[in-house]
Amino acid sequence: MKTSQKVAGATANYVDERTGAAKWLKKNLTKVFPDHWSFMLGEICLYSFIILLLTGTFLTFWFDPSQREVVYHGSYLPLSGIHMSAAYDSTLHLSFDVRGGLLMRQIHHWAALIFMSAIVAHLFRVFFTGAYRKPREFNWLIGVGLLTFGIVEGFLGYSLPDDLLSGTGIRIAEAILQAIPVVGSYLAFFAFGGPFPGTAFIPRIFIVHVLLLPGLFLALITIHLMLVWYQKHTQYPGPGRTEKNVVGYPLMPVYMAKAGGFFFVVFGVTAFLGAVASINPIWLYGPYTPGQISAGSQPDWYMGWLDGLVRAAPPLETHAFGHTISWNILIPGLIIPGILFTGMALYPFIESWITGDKREHHLLDRPRNAPNRTALGVTAITFILISLLNGGNDIIATHFHLTINGIMWFTRIGLFTIPPIAFVVTKRICLSLQRADRDLVLHGRETGRLVMMPNGEMLEVHEPISEAQKWTLTQHQTPEALPAPLPASATVGLKGKIRARLNRANAVQIPAPTLTDLKELGDGHH
Amino acid sequence: MQRISSFRRHRIAGPILVVAALFTIATAFGVASALPSAQMTVASGTSTLVSQGKEIFLRGCSSCHGLHAEGGGIAPSLIGVGSAAVDFQVGTGRMPMADMSQQAMQKKPLYNAQETAALAAYVASLAPGPAAVTNESLNYERDGNAAQGGTLFRTNCAMCHNFAGQGGALTNGKYAPSLMGVDPKYIYEAMVTGPQSMPKFTNATITPQEKLDIIKWIQSADHEQNLGGASLGRVGPVTEGLLGWVLGLGLLIGAAAWLAMKAK
Repeated sequence: MKTSQKVAGATANYVDERTGAAKWLKKNLTKVFPDHWSFMLGEICLYSFIILLLTGTFLTFWFDPSQREVVYHGSYLPLSGIHMSAAYDSTLHLSFDVRGGLLMRQIHHWAALIFMSAIVAHLFRVFFTGAYRKPREFNWLIGVGLLTFGIVEGFLGYSLPDDLLSGTGIRIAEAILQAIPVVGSYLAFFAFGGPFPGTAFIPRIFIVHVLLLPGLFLALITIHLMLVWYQKHTQYPGPGRTEKNVVGYPLMPVYMAKAGGFFFVVFGVTAFLGAVASINPIWLYGPYTPGQISAGSQPDWYMGWLDGLVRAAPPLETHAFGHTISWNILIPGLIIPGILFTGMALYPFIESWITGDKREHHLLDRPRNAPNRTALGVTAITFILISLLNGGNDIIATHFHLTINGIMWFTRIGLFTIPPIAFVVTKRICLSLQRADRDLVLHGRETGRLVMMPNGEMLEVHEPISEAQKWTLTQHQTPEALPAPLPASATVGLKGKIRARLNRANAVQIPAPTLTDLKELGDGHH
Repeated sequence: MQRISSFRRHRIAGPILVVAALFTIATAFGVASALPSAQMTVASGTSTLVSQGKEIFLRGCSSCHGLHAEGGGIAPSLIGVGSAAVDFQVGTGRMPMADMSQQAMQKKPLYNAQETAALAAYVASLAPGPAAVTNESLNYERDGNAAQGGTLFRTNCAMCHNFAGQGGALTNGKYAPSLMGVDPKYIYEAMVTGPQSMPKFTNATITPQEKLDIIKWIQSADHEQNLGGASLGRVGPVTEGLLGWVLGLGLLIGAAAWLAMKAK
């Protein structure tokens, strides 16, 4: 044995005798994870979060979260001699007079955009494959929490520099706060420590942005990952994959290498964007003053849909008992997002109530095999996308030569009409894809080769698909309609009737081919 | 043939075809829109500037603005608008209007500098109004203060023209145009005459000195190098979000797909 091996062995033994780590490591390093690109979306979230922690720490070394008024004398001449808050001044200093400061700011902001979009992409994957079903409902709830906190964290982050754009955003946040009936104005006074803008808000959101929410993120991400570890990862259906096993590669060495490498890819992409593309150029926005505003003021994209809803709202107000209820802010700013996020959080429970399915699921659904769920998801995405488009209505109007009023009316009507159409279209597409699958199993793949028979008949040669493919296409179970699998009492009363109706809609499926179907076709069928 | 048809069935053939088709369409559109449009030449008059201007006016403007520039149902009176308004509207090609759209668009001027000056002299002769200026008369580089101008710009102009002068949308298809690459004299004349939807900024609201400050700031924003990398149009978070999703997440999903590929 070489000396180096002896030393390594002795060291490992020394650590193991004191921590008992060897047994734990042996068990956990060989844990198996399934392989699929869509399972790495969550990893993008985790890695961009780490990048956010690292770059954010760098930014705090120079950022001064204070609304104390100062006069700018830094190296950006077009703002020389202008009065501004210390927060804005220190962000300019950080951008232009600290080596690498602007790059770090830009990496931080790009990583934040990627963090949020990766969370949303990860959410889509989990939703459309039904990964939130029992036993993973709690992890779904944690995910919804992370998304919500992510939106708040992002908003607070870009509000910190106290520039003209973010100040406008804070003003709108104050308006939304004030729109809460009765207590709104008191809440706004409490949050801002007096009338807007005051001098308390930036220091307060700073500590929430750098301490409270990141701490919450760390805790929630830890539980999120521990649950993935404990419940094991879901997998796509395929030969040899069951509800009771996990087919894939061990953590050590395969995923250690892949995940480690992927971290550097994520870091590379965010650093690349930070290096080549300007983001949040606060020096162009100027310092915040309540008397100023810029055309085309938008929030970052994850708030953009909320802005789009507020922009679409007609000017409705009610005055009663000395209070004003601003429906035009209350409905798009609080009620609609409240319904959307509550609905999203409760969806796993609602679905299992409708289907009566209380079993554990570790095999994922192919989206087409759950037409109602897929259609519902597309409906929600359509709603958000239309709102998001309206959030950028002024930019769209100028760049595509459209009228802003036209876009607003498209949004007002489209928000109610297009999502239902998207639901129907998606459901029909899913059922068609199911039929295509059924056809593929029963008749094989179209080869595109035409053969002329001796009698002159033209035929397209179909090639049978592999047994493995057949398994993948037929393994799913067709849901059954109530009340068959449930007691009749489950469908009594109004609630029961709603449930039965939803259940029947959910049971509309193209049945997967059975052995009988295959046998009926007989051997030798083209 | 065998190789071509096997490529046709390759799984990346579809995506490549889509990219190629998009590229072809984009190129064709670019070429088509870059083709020069037909030009018109107008014979110049011979008499004094005013009578020459009147002649051009009768020929080119009076059908809408009336024989005596008194205005009509579709066009305003030009009595008292001054030579500044004519120099701005005709010099930037906004007048004569190409069609009755929401607002006059900037385009290649129909009249040359001499004809524009004649028209301006004629309109100025009708009644006193703001006088046209020249780029040389505006010594904003020496007399202006960019930082001061930036504050004035953000208070008075940014709500329509955007924080960096990139332009913005107004109601019903009207818009505030981009101020990038605009001659200083046209910016000055626009401020004193208030063309289209723009308010008029008299010397009482914004002093001539402050106008120079604003022009200096716009010029400095126009010529400022993009300090953080590609500017993405200087229109705020919309293009940032688009790039984050398409390029940022796009590259990462591509990398994830690559990492998850089975080694063959």
